[in-house]
Amino acid sequence: MKFLSKLKAGLTKTKKSIVERVETALINRKIDASAIEEIEDILVTSDIGATTTAEIISLLKKRVLAGEIRDLSGVKTYLRAEMASLLDKPQPLVLSGKSPFVILTVGVNGVGKTTTIGKLAARFIHEGNTVMLTAADTFRAAAIEQLEIWADRTGAGIVKHHSGSDPAAVAFDAVEAAKHRGIDVVIVDTAGRLHTKNQLMEGLKKIKRVIEKSIPDAPQEVLLVVDATTGQNALMQAQAFNEAVDITGIALTKLDGTAKGGIIFAIKKKFDIPVRLIGIGEGVDDLKDFNPGDFIEALFE
Amino acid sequence: MFESLSNKLDSIFKKLKGKGLLKEEDIDVALKEIRLALLEADVNFKVVKDFVQHVKEKAIGKDVMDSISPGQQVIKIVHDELCEMLGSTNTKIQLAPNPPTIIMMVGLHGSGKTTTAAKLGRFFKKEGRKPMLVAADLQRPAAIDQLIALGKQIDIPVFYSKEAKDPKSLCEDALKRARLDGRNILILDTAGRLHIDEGLMNELSQIKAKVNPKEVLLVADAMTGQDAVNMAEGFNDQIGIDGIILTKVDSDARGGAALSIRKVTGRPIKFIGVGEKIEMLEPFHPGRIADRILGKGDVLTLIEQAQESFDQKEAEKLHKKIKADNFTFEDLRDQLKKIRGMGSLKNLLSMIPGMGAAIKDVNIDEKEFVKIESIINSMTHEEKRNRHIINGSRRRRIAMGSGTTVADVNRLIKQHLEMKKMMKMLKKGDSKKGFRLPKVM
Repeated sequence: MKFLSKLKAGLTKTKKSIVERVETALINRKIDASAIEEIEDILVTSDIGATTTAEIISLLKKRVLAGEIRDLSGVKTYLRAEMASLLDKPQPLVLSGKSPFVILTVGVNGVGKTTTIGKLAARFIHEGNTVMLTAADTFRAAAIEQLEIWADRTGAGIVKHHSGSDPAAVAFDAVEAAKHRGIDVVIVDTAGRLHTKNQLMEGLKKIKRVIEKSIPDAPQEVLLVVDATTGQNALMQAQAFNEAVDITGIALTKLDGTAKGGIIFAIKKKFDIPVRLIGIGEGVDDLKDFNPGDFIEALFE
Repeated sequence: MFESLSNKLDSIFKKLKGKGLLKEEDIDVALKEIRLALLEADVNFKVVKDFVQHVKEKAIGKDVMDSISPGQQVIKIVHDELCEMLGSTNTKIQLAPNPPTIIMMVGLHGSGKTTTAAKLGRFFKKEGRKPMLVAADLQRPAAIDQLIALGKQIDIPVFYSKEAKDPKSLCEDALKRARLDGRNILILDTAGRLHIDEGLMNELSQIKAKVNPKEVLLVADAMTGQDAVNMAEGFNDQIGIDGIILTKVDSDARGGAALSIRKVTGRPIKFIGVGEKIEMLEPFHPGRIADRILGKGDVLTLIEQAQESFDQKEAEKLHKKIKADNFTFEDLRDQLKKIRGMGSLKNLLSMIPGMGAAIKDVNIDEKEFVKIESIINSMTHEEKRNRHIINGSRRRRIAMGSGTTVADVNRLIKQHLEMKKMMKMLKKGDSKKGFRLPKVM
């Protein structure tokens, strides 16, 4: 499977960090207290989070004490099963219902919202849909220009006002235009904002409200873009954005670095928001549907 | 940043303080909790291990255990270790003996290099230097446009070429240009890249070799997790960095990245980015941050921010006005504007010792300021100077004009009156002390 190998390549760093390190730590060793502590450290370094790690470890301890896990392969089987159950079934982003299908992308500054949108547009157009991009990041200098370049590259339409104008008005215009022109997918780019800024979060709510005003079911997807290098703060981000605009899915970007992306385990566990997409490279094709099975497979092979 | 870590440590310390005698177990329990707090704050696990080890070695020594307040002693040890981890003093950007001083910004995608380059430019301009920005990010769509737009905002020239393919030669050209134009600070905004991307890392080394920057600054996101260490080591080993600028510090990140990066690279954090606005870049003072983490507040930074916003002459003018009982609505508006220029009110309050925990969940409505400003703006010149003439119909007009209600206008007038009363009282006491800002350093 070509896709699987690409994912594996993208995740080699992740694999190295969790699985190989467990292997090196445990090879020819009894599973004793200090070995378990090492596993604990390894999980923590993967950004899985201290709490989730503690739970996995306390169960591991019990099973070791009960004599059910005795060696390295036992530990690997246990970790694989435990982490797979945390991630659940694949829940990709599927276009459904009446068009236009509206995707509202949100997230803190610098996570890769605009790039993700560009890649997403390329993919929908490749699948035969018409796509309209919406330049509702009217704050950051040259954000509109950046989205325009993506529109040119992918052949998507774009609705924009000038820099500094009301983002909600741009979103409303785009959705209205898409309705009239029979566009299939509208992707709304919003300004990056820290989840701690109440006023900016209010602005985001307003964007969502005006979209709802134009199409009652929309936005069908509210996509939180999360940078894989983010640590435990991603939980605070998920919480705040979820409270403001009800997140329906997550796109995890920059998984091609050395970041382990372990934060998705914690997010899934705490908020039950599925990871829809992962970014594993800079190329247009490097945005993939997230498949928990493949992800774990790539980790544990 | 740091609030949550600070709250956790605070509660751990409370338990320690209450104990007259400390046993080794007490210290173990506290250290376990400190370890967890640091891990949850995204401090790298190796750094945490060292930290806990050091604190323990120092804390179980006889001097501490036998002292009158062992709890306090342990807290002091933690404080000292934190300071040690963060570095001891503020490290300024070094200037080249022969201008221009070249500063090269490097970092991952989305860490905030372009915005920070502009903020740094503004910082130097304010110091009276002549900076020039160089748009050497030829990768990200519209990165050049972004720097041009920011340059325009702060009135600093931007060197760019939309046809350029090679950032090396672009930077060389920029250097020639800076010499010709007499710009003494040259800030290179390079493209974001992964520390494991050999090709792009080589490109950075080549730029560095060609223009020989005085400072290579790693721009890092404060919200980075455990990977911060790999990233920082990657850039430091391959390019060699002289300092760090930590961005998005106004988030609720617990600051682990700051502690880890500094520790593994041994390079100082020189600045922190504390907001989207272009003036929101602060020199980094490790000792003060350690104090902030331990809940002691950061009054010095507050005073510096105040000094930047209020200049001494204006303060004296205001002082005279207050003496003459002549504090008008216009003065009130100007003062509010200046306070807002210092950053968000919550940010300011959190620097006051003991306020951090107290205002954690308080939402301060910054819109109130806008309301007050628009009410004052809707007054005529006369009204601004003489509140006595503001009768019922004037109040209605002002409310209409500012999009507020008569009740809002009434409240403002009352507040203004009360402020004047307070100022009168200050005047009776030592009036000079009241409104002069202390000089710092």
